[in-house]
Amino acid sequence: MSAPVLEVANLSVAIKGSGDRPHAVRGINLAVGANEIVCVVGESGSGKSVTAQAVMGLLPKAAMAVETGSIRLEGEELTTKSDADLRAIRGTRMAMVFQEPMTALNPVERVGDQIGEVLEIHTDLDPRERRQRVLEIMRAVHLPDPEQMIDAYPHQLSGGQRQRIMIAAALVLDPALLIADEPTTALDVTTQAQILKLVREMQGRKKTGVLFITHDFGVVSEIADRVVVMQLGRIVEQGPAEEVLRNPREDYTRMLLASVPSMTPPKRVPVTGQVVLQTEKLFKTYGKRSLFQPRARIVNAVNDVSLLVRRGETLGIVGESGSGKSTVARCIARLVPPSSGAIKIDGSDIAGMTEAAFRPVRQRVQFIFQDPYRSLNPRRTVGEAIIEGPMNFGLSRGEALQRARELMSVVHLSPEALDRYPHQFSGGQRQRICIARALAMRPEVLIGDEPVSALDVSVQAQVLKLLDEVRRRFNLAVLFITHDLRVAAQVCDRIAVMQRGVIVEQGTTSDVFAAPQHEYTRALFDAAPGRNREFFAGAAAGA
Amino acid sequence: MYGYLFRRLLGTIPVMLVVAVFIFLMLRLTPSDPAAIIAGDNANAEQVAKIRGQLGLDRPMIEQFVIWSGKVLTGDFGESFFFKKTVASLIGERIEPTLSLAFFTILIAVLVAVPLGVLAAHRHGSWVDRIVMGFSVLGFSVPVFVIGYLLIYLFAVYLNWLPVQGYQRISEGIGGWVQRLILPSVTLSVIYIALIARMTRTSLLEVLSEDYIRTARAKGQIERKVLFRHALRNAAVPIVTVIGLGIALLIGGVVVTESVFTIPGLGRLTVDAVLARDYPTIQAVILLFSFVYVMINLAVDMMYTLLDPRIRY
Repeated sequence: MSAPVLEVANLSVAIKGSGDRPHAVRGINLAVGANEIVCVVGESGSGKSVTAQAVMGLLPKAAMAVETGSIRLEGEELTTKSDADLRAIRGTRMAMVFQEPMTALNPVERVGDQIGEVLEIHTDLDPRERRQRVLEIMRAVHLPDPEQMIDAYPHQLSGGQRQRIMIAAALVLDPALLIADEPTTALDVTTQAQILKLVREMQGRKKTGVLFITHDFGVVSEIADRVVVMQLGRIVEQGPAEEVLRNPREDYTRMLLASVPSMTPPKRVPVTGQVVLQTEKLFKTYGKRSLFQPRARIVNAVNDVSLLVRRGETLGIVGESGSGKSTVARCIARLVPPSSGAIKIDGSDIAGMTEAAFRPVRQRVQFIFQDPYRSLNPRRTVGEAIIEGPMNFGLSRGEALQRARELMSVVHLSPEALDRYPHQFSGGQRQRICIARALAMRPEVLIGDEPVSALDVSVQAQVLKLLDEVRRRFNLAVLFITHDLRVAAQVCDRIAVMQRGVIVEQGTTSDVFAAPQHEYTRALFDAAPGRNREFFAGAAAGA
Repeated sequence: MYGYLFRRLLGTIPVMLVVAVFIFLMLRLTPSDPAAIIAGDNANAEQVAKIRGQLGLDRPMIEQFVIWSGKVLTGDFGESFFFKKTVASLIGERIEPTLSLAFFTILIAVLVAVPLGVLAAHRHGSWVDRIVMGFSVLGFSVPVFVIGYLLIYLFAVYLNWLPVQGYQRISEGIGGWVQRLILPSVTLSVIYIALIARMTRTSLLEVLSEDYIRTARAKGQIERKVLFRHALRNAAVPIVTVIGLGIALLIGGVVVTESVFTIPGLGRLTVDAVLARDYPTIQAVILLFSFVYVMINLAVDMMYTLLDPRIRY
């Protein structure tokens, strides 16, 4: 290996004030060579993003500071540099791409100007030359029709296009080091596959060193030359990607790898119970043309969806963002009114019911949302959150509390948890609380809208296990919305694949995974990162 | 966009109608009689009745309203009971001082408050921030007339830099016009500085934690440009809203300020007209103020589309 582009030695970053630990990262040693992609993997709180921010000199000053260690970019020490010197290096010799391309771009500035800003700061080019350079780099990252797009605003582009703009802005001055902090996490799988390919291509073009931060082992297996595994601010293990993925040395790495759900669905006995939930020709249309807006856009968010879920069965709805999978779920729970079609709960159609008539049915359909940080009211105790529903349906406070206490043991939390507030719990614990809250209503249908997507893999595995337990125990019909094929493979009896409001394919999970019929389903499978790899390597040896 | 503008303008018609009916009724349902005020303390009932007849106040209220609103539609606001001039010419005379005062007040407020707010947000938690916020609490709580007299004492009486009171028309010389407007504008702007600075700080603080601010820093952008190019424009919508509200609320402040500094503007006219129960003048001034309110709101909504490309009507 030639001299490293980036060399981090014994780096410790202190957290100012009282945190849950004194150091965000401690004793970090890593290197990125030219033309090399190093993936830093870890769960939330592992310090992977802090490491990236420390290299860029972008640590939040009020909260963190480099305590010891050195960071060298092409042999040059960065930790002792002045703010002005660091600014001159950022954008020219090292650049960064962030997770969420919508929020990482300034919404009120044209995308061309945002790429051109880098040139404006660091070069003497006049506006015409800048525009030429921006068009060049936009072509290089394969943006369609750059002459048009250069004057667009971020909200007019798709997620993938926005991330290409971010990459273009980062690479316009050919930095030696590119830091990518979860650059594909907010994107759909098919888009993710394209962006990963682009990162590879751009990196090869100028032999850029890439520090790629991710939590996804699928992505690691697609892109990494070397892997650094982090946990709680320390490096647990590092080495060539193949070696770490195949023969992890440390227990923690093995545990992480074993938590990644397999793409192969387990054998399942078909569920033959009674049909609890059924939709027939369900439509949901947004937008309306009127006299004043004859050209208003009409979106068929849900288009002729017919599905059924039996007692004790899990039906997965798989699709990308905008496929209408969440809208189907929301229609079924009557969180949004359907435009037409039937939704039958135990045979009675709730689609056209008045709110008053529907109210008694409401408790039979319960919802678990994606983000447990935002779906619990931060100012109410967990107990209040759980008993509110049952009390609305006539239980006394004492009875409701008794039920809540019983449910705490079902979701493996202690009853004391009821007196505490949501912020005192981790993400996984909060999702358990949300499950308890749903179960407190004694539902027949449980709808999970991406219920594990915001969780770390190791936590994800536990919550999925819990969901499976409660489904068996209460014989629930579960509708499981997810974008993650691996998760779907493991938890669903049957799956329906949605694209642009339409179910393009529906069948038992094993059939769909073994032989996908529709081309879109095949495209989804092809795009799934690390699709041909099973991350079970260390499972037997480890936990 | 133009369709929207047209619909909004159309929407002002019912608003103005409601205002017209409301103010008309309010004045006539208040227990007071302009005729008695005009006739004076020594007049007998007969004289008062005669004056009432001359003013047309003896007719049924509906009839009065129809006559008045019919005239207003042709642009005739009637004749003042008290000043013995047409209301239109009266407002024409008084509008320049008020517009001048409002213009300077908002100019000073925006020029001082926005940078103060940006500075406070940038140095969030520091002594600069605390001083700005402390000043802002003070600005909210001290009444306009107190600030006015304090400034008069300091700059006019003690230091003798500026005139104590009065107004000079632009046509009589720009120097004198500006000189006489400085104290009243500063006085009136204090509360708006407090309001706008606070809003700027809050809005900017929120924006400063956004991802695109981090992106700008990652590009190597200098802090001043991060603040003014990226943060301020994104923070602008609530700030512009408050400035718009400020302009609308100015009318109340103008009444007091014009009294303190004896400026012959619309504020003073309103006070005098109300004291004299000068119905035509009060009605016209209120109609004018409401129209200005509606137009400011519209202008603010139009500003949004300039500031944020995502907002389209």
